[in-house]
Amino acid sequence: MLKSFLAVFLAAILTENYILSKFLGICPFLGVSKKLNTAVGMSLAVTFVLVLATAVTFPLFTYVLEPLGLGYLQTVVFILIIAALVQFVEIVMKKYIPSLYRALGIYLPLITTNCAVLGVTLLVLEKSAENPSYTFLHALVNALGAGVGYLLAMVLFAGVRERLEDADIPKFLRGLPITLIAAALVALSFLGFAGIVDGLL
Amino acid sequence: MNKGTLWQTFSKGIVKENPVLCLLLGTCPTLAVTTGASNALGMGLAATLVLICSNCVISLLRKVIPDSVRIPAYITVIAGFVTIVQMLVKAYLPALDKSLGIFLPLIVVNCIILGRAEMYASKNPVLLSALDGVGMGVGFTAAMLLMGMIRELLGTGCLFGVSVLPSFYTPITVFILPAGGFFVFGLLISLANKLQGEKKAKGKIGCAACPLSKTCAKAEQSEEEAEGCGNA
Repeated sequence: MLKSFLAVFLAAILTENYILSKFLGICPFLGVSKKLNTAVGMSLAVTFVLVLATAVTFPLFTYVLEPLGLGYLQTVVFILIIAALVQFVEIVMKKYIPSLYRALGIYLPLITTNCAVLGVTLLVLEKSAENPSYTFLHALVNALGAGVGYLLAMVLFAGVRERLEDADIPKFLRGLPITLIAAALVALSFLGFAGIVDGLL
Repeated sequence: MNKGTLWQTFSKGIVKENPVLCLLLGTCPTLAVTTGASNALGMGLAATLVLICSNCVISLLRKVIPDSVRIPAYITVIAGFVTIVQMLVKAYLPALDKSLGIFLPLIVVNCIILGRAEMYASKNPVLLSALDGVGMGVGFTAAMLLMGMIRELLGTGCLFGVSVLPSFYTPITVFILPAGGFFVFGLLISLANKLQGEKKAKGKIGCAACPLSKTCAKAEQSEEEAEGCGNA
């Protein structure tokens, strides 16, 4: 049982890293990874919302939408829930945990349209439909792993980009092109993790 | 409103303001589903359909939607059309539905659609908004198709699943892997920058067209301020 959680967690971080192998949340990956601080702040906010969104949408789908035959409303309902949740978290955080709000608050509005959040909530449902032993807890662990994987990719990439600042780059590659090529190399290194989880299952 | 304006509204999305290669919107699907030309085409057409419909409806509602809740309102409209497209694809093109996977519902958060709603449809009449949607959609589809064809050709030696390269060509599998996606996209953007002339290639990430660019910039700025305080 524990082993399966570990496998789900590691798979979410390494082999199916949501930025580098599933291409979810690329905009913030390219947009706010210029500095390490911003990268960490954004990733922590994403992780927080990811786990929360999965905790709400997974039971809602399994116990409300599915039994009522409303599965097709999934997309509409999920995106509205995520938008409301982000707004709610922002308000609660501002009122009760101002220090955390100062650190993460600014990233919250960006997360509503971050496809990683909607993507992960949809993917865990897909997985649980395929595999009956994939429970709500697995989904939560998966969401947490996705967040940690997001953090890992953002931090690694922020480091790469800080180095790029001083590099002598050919003129036609300056700006976004070299950033994307650097991302390609980081993604290539993550290919090395392929198969690491298979032994655990 | 003469014919020239209409043509310009339509054509700007294809080359001059190509949403993918010039405005740099919708990068997630561009990277994720371009492993093959037919996937790329399917995704492009699905997003175009949603874009045209949502542009029309948002343009019609532009005087009714209160400014403070406009983003949630746009998202709801877009999500409705995405659900329709999702059901249509599921019913008539089940193979495409399988290969696009979650990227079909993720059209909801595709920033091209939200971006056009915010930047164009909320300020312009229906006909122009619809044309803008068609133009941007065609531009998006063309860019997706280009990228899908390059990746499929180099990565598998096929086009639309049909083998076209001579048998001595060894496919470079990395091109259909995620790393190849980033790589091809990077080169295509540098090419687009080059063709557009030097003035646009200012070494900045092209976030300007993204509806959330202001928030992003604010985040960066507040970090800098925080750092400044720490140093002082």
